[in-house]
Amino acid sequence: MNYLAKRLTVMDPDRCVGCQLCMFACNRRFGEGGLEKAALHVKSVGGFERGFTVVVCRACIDPPCARVCPTDALTPRPGGGVTLNASKCIGCKACVDACPIDAIFWDDAIGKPIICVYCGYCVNFCPHGVLALEEVGR
Amino acid sequence: MVDAYLRRVLYIDLTHKRYWVEDREDLFEKWLGGVGVAVQLLKEELPKDADPLGPDNVIVLAVGPLVGYYPLASKTVAVFKSPLTGNYGESHAGGRSAVALRMCGFGAIVIKGASDIPIYLAIHNGKVYFRDAGAYWGMRSTYTVGRIIRENEPGAGLRTIIRIGLAGENLVRYACATTETYRHFGRLGLGAVMGSKKLKAIVISGKRLLPVKDKKLYREIYQEIYDKAVKSPLMKKYHDYGTPVNVKVLNEIKALPTMNLKKSFFEYADYLSGEFLAENYLGRRVACTHCPVACVHIATWREPYEDEPFFYKTKFVSYDYEPIYALGTMLGIKDTVGFLRLLEAVEIYGLDAMSTGACLAWATEALERGIISEKDTIVKLSWGDWKSYIKAVEYIVNQPNEFYKALAMGVEYASTKYGGKDFALAFGGLEMPGYHTGPAAHIGYLLGSRHSHLDMAGYSLDQKTLGQELTPEETVDRLMKEETWRQILSSLVICFFARGIYSPEVVSKALKPLGYDLSEEDLKKLGEEIYKEKYRLKIREGFDPRKLRIPRRILETESAKGKLSEEYIQKAISYFVQKIGLAKQ
Repeated sequence: MNYLAKRLTVMDPDRCVGCQLCMFACNRRFGEGGLEKAALHVKSVGGFERGFTVVVCRACIDPPCARVCPTDALTPRPGGGVTLNASKCIGCKACVDACPIDAIFWDDAIGKPIICVYCGYCVNFCPHGVLALEEVGR
Repeated sequence: MVDAYLRRVLYIDLTHKRYWVEDREDLFEKWLGGVGVAVQLLKEELPKDADPLGPDNVIVLAVGPLVGYYPLASKTVAVFKSPLTGNYGESHAGGRSAVALRMCGFGAIVIKGASDIPIYLAIHNGKVYFRDAGAYWGMRSTYTVGRIIRENEPGAGLRTIIRIGLAGENLVRYACATTETYRHFGRLGLGAVMGSKKLKAIVISGKRLLPVKDKKLYREIYQEIYDKAVKSPLMKKYHDYGTPVNVKVLNEIKALPTMNLKKSFFEYADYLSGEFLAENYLGRRVACTHCPVACVHIATWREPYEDEPFFYKTKFVSYDYEPIYALGTMLGIKDTVGFLRLLEAVEIYGLDAMSTGACLAWATEALERGIISEKDTIVKLSWGDWKSYIKAVEYIVNQPNEFYKALAMGVEYASTKYGGKDFALAFGGLEMPGYHTGPAAHIGYLLGSRHSHLDMAGYSLDQKTLGQELTPEETVDRLMKEETWRQILSSLVICFFARGIYSPEVVSKALKPLGYDLSEEDLKKLGEEIYKEKYRLKIREGFDPRKLRIPRRILETESAKGKLSEEYIQKAISYFVQKIGLAKQ
């Protein structure tokens, strides 16, 4: 079966200026301020002069986070990536450990993972062309 | 209306290595945040006539309600008693500092007392850890200190690392505190205050959700501010060339202080211009947290080792207009890489670039005139000779003789001791900023609450009124009006580059979804109150504009608005004295 799904992609991390507007945008999806609910992360490579690492969910075809989820709270999404059913999640953090690129973040306030939903809201607030939403399909 | 995190003030007592949190809704409700709140906290905590380098001095770091909500609310305000001027000290820095402090769960931090051993503070998600900094003390480079802390502390991407260099440890009165390697609490000696407290660094990190009253309105206003920020031509200018875009502009109108302001025009200014630097040395542009502009320009160049062929190191340093003025044109340096290397030395030691440049420029002229000798300066200082200046910077930090001990106290002190006051460019004890635009700039340096160019913006008034004559009274009125409004911007800790975006109308609107109901009129009134509070504190600490020294040099060298008259400046001072109600005393 062929699925078309959207995923977030980092076009060129060297264009990133480290402003983190994407992180604020992601958090703002819920209409609130701050950074707690950001599902992506920007940090310097080790000093601003060397640039930034932009960590986003790659929407894996066979997501390791879903494979290790003991309660099926995380399930593979058609076309890649995962969907979170927060009601099933017991907050064991196995998904956080399983993600090979550290793209699962943790919401300390509720004790659940923060999972990218590939909505692309952050892309609208990246002024320097670092992020894009792309279609993937097989 | 004040959210649950903003109103929390973290108090840290370095003497007893303890900390506590107080709910100061009272302060944030009345004074918004940032400078408004910081001045009140300083007033509460700083005993009258405290020794700026004694344990009685207090450091307050504060942010405001818009931080974490809106773009360009990206500054942290630091207030303290300045060891350079002996009066109120205020300095702002960006980087990740403001968002980190807010996300850590505080509106302000008050640091009191002094540690007996070198320490650094790690403040993560509301908790304070006192860490031994014995191994960092005496380290030559601030870069190294930053790198070590980066590797040893959590919170990558969400933290600020505010640190001092050897200059701060050795109590150079104009030592700065550096944050995120390339941003600074530059002016008035916060670095020396931290050094006197044996406080090598402050790491702050955290992550949280900030509540919004009206979510729909919040997202709308956010979009409006964002669109303005990314489309504004001013912001584009700062993104393209950064602040050095002003080098050519100021040079063309003859406002660029050159060789200790013997001239206001530098024939080689093109080699230090924003355009030239961007085309030839710009390696990367970076931003403060939550700022789409990315005005931070980092130059890069390759430097060979002399002992081995094909062995190179790649250097980085961030450049801005002010360091170009102070360490470039003021010292007559036309060699671009020479300038960058001098700036790098200043960064390594953690000095304020502006004060350092003005001190070295005075020393060069004093040597030229024979007021001091090469015995004093150890190296022969001469215009353009950046290699000697790099050595002199090291001497300012290590103070091997009486002369450099004096120069480390600032140019006011050194010229009092050695002579040459007429060409010692300091205002209220603070070395001059880089604008010889006209009378408003200098009146601003003399009378502004920080003696810097930043709040009264006289440089801007001069440039807007080129070819026009303003009366001294008009000038003072307009400067005071500007400084009054900027108190609101710096209480909300909005970057001054965004002042065109954050008009009173926009500020009032932006506060609304957060639950604040403040009209434009309310804000302006509050600005006036904060302004008055600052001067009350300054006057308490001995500030008297009637006693200010006007450096003769500014009257001798033609400015962009022609030769300046002392009488005009004196009239402005008298009028200001009346306006702030000092005349009655």
